[in-house]
Amino acid sequence: MKMFSPEIERMERKEIRAMQLERLRHIVRYAYENVPMYRQRFDGIGLKPEHIRTLGDIEKIPYTTKDDLRDNYPFRLLAVPMKKIVRVHASSGTTGKPITCGYTRADLDGWSTCIARILAMAGATEEDIFHVAFGYGLFTGGFGLHYGIEKLGAAVVPVSSGNTERQIMLLKDFGATALVATPSYAMYLAETAKKLGVLEDLKVRLVCMGAEASTAEMHEALRTILGAFPTENYGLTEVGGPGVAGECREKAGMHINEDMFYPEIVNIEQNRALPEGERGELVLTTLTKEGMPVLRYRTKDITSLTYEPCRCGRTTARMARVVGRTDDMLIIRGVNVFPSQIESVLMAMPELGKTYEIVVDRVRYMDTIEVHVEVEDADLLTDYGKLEELVAKIRHRLRVVIQLDVKVKLVEPFSIRRTEGKVKRVTDLRKM
Amino acid sequence: MLVKQLSVFMENRPGRLYKLTHTLGEEGIDFVTLSIADTKDFGIVRFIARDNDRAYEVLKKAGFTVGITELIGVEVEDRPNALAKVVQLMEESDINVEYLYSFVLTNHNTAKILMRVSDTDRAVEILREKGIRLLSEKIL
Repeated sequence: MKMFSPEIERMERKEIRAMQLERLRHIVRYAYENVPMYRQRFDGIGLKPEHIRTLGDIEKIPYTTKDDLRDNYPFRLLAVPMKKIVRVHASSGTTGKPITCGYTRADLDGWSTCIARILAMAGATEEDIFHVAFGYGLFTGGFGLHYGIEKLGAAVVPVSSGNTERQIMLLKDFGATALVATPSYAMYLAETAKKLGVLEDLKVRLVCMGAEASTAEMHEALRTILGAFPTENYGLTEVGGPGVAGECREKAGMHINEDMFYPEIVNIEQNRALPEGERGELVLTTLTKEGMPVLRYRTKDITSLTYEPCRCGRTTARMARVVGRTDDMLIIRGVNVFPSQIESVLMAMPELGKTYEIVVDRVRYMDTIEVHVEVEDADLLTDYGKLEELVAKIRHRLRVVIQLDVKVKLVEPFSIRRTEGKVKRVTDLRKM
Repeated sequence: MLVKQLSVFMENRPGRLYKLTHTLGEEGIDFVTLSIADTKDFGIVRFIARDNDRAYEVLKKAGFTVGITELIGVEVEDRPNALAKVVQLMEESDINVEYLYSFVLTNHNTAKILMRVSDTDRAVEILREKGIRLLSEKIL
């Protein structure tokens, strides 16, 4: 398989580290000098950019969290004036305000290079026709993959999300050889194509999945149903979107674009770096970003790293498939959902009880989310229509805040399990 | 001149109706009427008990969401077109019947109709004017 950036992807570990150190020292100074939040934070603990002399010194820098990004909404973490920014993306945040990311022209170029590498390592070439079923819009997935595919030199069909039967018609008619989608949507497309009896007509040989975690079972099912090679990639809006890491044909972890991202695995409670192979929270530092440099971002994703050169010939660090989160964030059909968002909607409605439960499941490979609320207000019982209106109202408000269709179920008082007065708010029945 | 009815929220899953009826049965409370419409996930069980006040307390204590609704009860002859007449009176006055159920007691040759309408006060007035016999809880 041809590498997109062999000079980087096959670099000796020693050279990688030297490059990372140089870039780290630069980005730390750059962030300190251009982003007030970092300057205040450094000054607060007496840290100076010149104190970062080795890669290990990165541990002196405080973490950046989602709260920091939210508190500086929308553009206060930008390191350049707006005239240098050529693109803005955003993802959902905890309070309805999104997390934003701004890109300079150089950032977009670096981003598309990262994606092109990931696609090439997944086995794509300029001969491929990519059907992109990621949503196009503020979401980083659609545009991120789009420009990476163009950079690779393959053809891109920007279908965006929705209307599954039409997607299948286009897959068939355009002869797409590669599919970009969330794992759940890729599964749904495959199952629908099977149902419609058009599997034979599809030429998809490669599936590139991202935006939510997938499982080995999903990969196997895609391989069986579509006859395509499934790969996964990783990224998050806070550090620019997809393109942080991706799987090669060996499927032995996701290769991190180490020239652009410095990964650490950290035990947060003990505030210490974990050695190679140990599971902990992934912390990322952007090494080259101009628009919005981010130092030591706590991804909340739990994974492990290996620095062993891969059988594919690449020497870049590989991260294992994400096995969970250190917070309660749920990823549902690619959308980040915090139980607190749902809670804020329910608590703002006086006609509802204070006990609720969120049930997440996966039905035929599609994530489903249900909210159960106890009916306590006897005034609702005068006619059935009132209960229906209540369900519609809750659905509508949830849709506004979390941008997902949620099934709302009214249940009897005390039917939600309580343990020692406390209620387990989220039941996730999905098998990870 | 209105009839008190209890309304209980109920999830549509096995065992729920038993729990309600059994809870009242244990306390020796009799049903006079009982009505459930078929719905998907949840419904409202509406009933009149021999002793509504006690039924209300018992169910509350057992953790049910229970409300009290006042219905209009009328007594008509048990023969064709008797119900139609009452309904017609409501329609002519633009009063909407939200739900209605009827029953016949043994040894009576009259039918009893219980209904919830959009404007109870006006409905009562109209029915009175037309000489329709209204029921009170006692007569049940």
